[in-house]
Amino acid sequence: MMSTPSTTSAQETNAATAVRPKLAVYKFSSCDGCQLSLLNLEDELLALANAVEIAFFLEARRAVVPPPYDVGLVEGSISTPEEAERIQQVRRDCRTLITIGACATSGGIQALKNWGDTEEFVRYVYAHPEYIDTLDTATPIAAHVFVDFELRGCPVNERQLLELITAHLAGRRPNIPSHSVCIECKRKGYPCVLVSQAEPCLGPVTHAGCGALCPSCSRACYGCFGPMEHPNVESLGSWLNERQARGHRELSHMFRSFNGYLEPFKQASESHERRANQV
Amino acid sequence: MNASRPGMVEPQILPKDRLPELIRILQEQGYQVVAPVEEGSVLAMRPVSDAGEIACGIEDTQAPGHYRILDGPAPTYFDNVVGPDGPKRYFFPPHLPLFSFSVDDDGFVLEQVAPEPPRLAFLGVRPCDLSAIRVQDRVFGHEDNGQVFRCESETYYMRAREAALIIVVNCTRPGGSCFCGSWGTGPEATEGFDLSLTELRGSFLVRAGSSSGVSVLDALSTEPATEAERELAYLKVLRAREHMGRVLKTDGLGELLRNNPEHQIWQEIGDRCLGCGNCTMVCPTCFCSTVTDSNDLVTGNVTRTREWESCFTHQFSYVTSGPVRASISSRYRHWLRHKLSGWWEQFDMSGCVGCGRCLTWCPVAIDWTQDIAQLQREVESREAQRVSSTLEATS
Repeated sequence: MMSTPSTTSAQETNAATAVRPKLAVYKFSSCDGCQLSLLNLEDELLALANAVEIAFFLEARRAVVPPPYDVGLVEGSISTPEEAERIQQVRRDCRTLITIGACATSGGIQALKNWGDTEEFVRYVYAHPEYIDTLDTATPIAAHVFVDFELRGCPVNERQLLELITAHLAGRRPNIPSHSVCIECKRKGYPCVLVSQAEPCLGPVTHAGCGALCPSCSRACYGCFGPMEHPNVESLGSWLNERQARGHRELSHMFRSFNGYLEPFKQASESHERRANQV
Repeated sequence: MNASRPGMVEPQILPKDRLPELIRILQEQGYQVVAPVEEGSVLAMRPVSDAGEIACGIEDTQAPGHYRILDGPAPTYFDNVVGPDGPKRYFFPPHLPLFSFSVDDDGFVLEQVAPEPPRLAFLGVRPCDLSAIRVQDRVFGHEDNGQVFRCESETYYMRAREAALIIVVNCTRPGGSCFCGSWGTGPEATEGFDLSLTELRGSFLVRAGSSSGVSVLDALSTEPATEAERELAYLKVLRAREHMGRVLKTDGLGELLRNNPEHQIWQEIGDRCLGCGNCTMVCPTCFCSTVTDSNDLVTGNVTRTREWESCFTHQFSYVTSGPVRASISSRYRHWLRHKLSGWWEQFDMSGCVGCGRCLTWCPVAIDWTQDIAQLQREVESREAQRVSSTLEATS
């Protein structure tokens, strides 16, 4: 047993004066799902609100405490000139900047426009295209400012979000592994949908974190957490093409979904697209 | 039958319709029965409460990167081989909270310790998996005849293993990825079990391998097997031995791997390997784990958790200067060399038992038995050339 009188008194002082780190939650081009993950932490929300001061979180609280903030959580991609400017100020306002979710980390589903003609989209979709002020690309936050940590997922896993915040408050390294979904899947004992059902599963190249949600329902992983560490996308793509007879067009679409603009999924989708066009 | 007889009693016959009775006896003796069940698209070892839950009439087809189960022509129980899961999950759980504590005025207060392992009776363990258990015994510790060999003391494993009863099933229909015959770890188990079964048409031939096994047999009050039944069981296993899906020449493997660390097969495998870790997760002897500490925002408690880990992850060999094995090919080479070569130096046994799971569950069907065979052929022809040129030079 360790006697820690100094720590205890420090804790008491801390509780008494209630100097809590200030948390800010920002939204850029996104669907709000990742911010909602924070509010979905129903059992822990009060403890969280006790541990941090929710200083700026427009979706949860009208009151705004002025910057600077200790931790900023950023949701969404940079899709407009206004956003490209605003993210610079956000970075200046936050000591630690964490992106949450596929949009902020990879550009998200809206980054599909990066392969198209923005002007044409705007003309077809909007009755008054002249009201639209958008960039030609939707890009991840890290393409604009330095990011301290990127949390994956579309949306993020709320347990991982809580772990990230908790670890940050405790000053420890977060337990957020970057290996494949397969490792989570096998630990949980789910049947492998790729090997036992010939489903086009992206689990072997996808970043863990979801708890193998889709394979738990006998569905193939579609890569919503984006590429894992050192993914061998070339090998998996060739295998699905040769042995499962998945066409290059289909493979290009598979890699180009929520995280299509993040390397090396980007490269894989472009490579399969080139091969599809050659046929 | 009576319990005072020595461990080896003559083979008995258990009619299949008395399987529920066997389950009931095991339950009465305080065991939770774990047996193969059909779980989605695979056969998995899962707890069952009655014999009706045990997979029956299911066959499997296996090959590297391929697994299917289908309805077989006969209501047999074991015309299939290992699924992705084996007893490892129960002795060495994939996710185990080790302890949690809270911090109070005087220091740490222990809140929770690792759970007590249940008393499990495994029905339908394959001989390869039984060998794998004996490999893990060597790693985690298990007392055998008063002697403990171990690399480290793993309390949960030792307790779970001590409490367990193992009913092995000799394989009569090997799978396409199986090569236990090459290691001599199957298709028939000769020791280390409590009971062994060989499936005949309407019955099982049962052998007892321990006093616990004898006590189960006694409670069943079975009839001794006839000469014909013993002969049939022998022939079924013999036929299985001749129909292994794969062959591995095991002689000199350690030396072969030690001498060829830069051979092109490693790069060829590395180009295909996804680094996903599936092979290590399904391997019945892989024992790596990672231990993480986490704190709970609500309770303030700190928990230490152990989870299965794989030498195929980037984090696994990460040190200050980066990962020791940065490339996927180096990770595959490390893993295979450990199984086939380093394991002998470390534990004086093979780390591979020939269950074939790493082949079947590899998403891109890497069949290392073929790569090793290619390496062996090359080395042999190089050696033959060297000998003939030496002979020419001396003549």
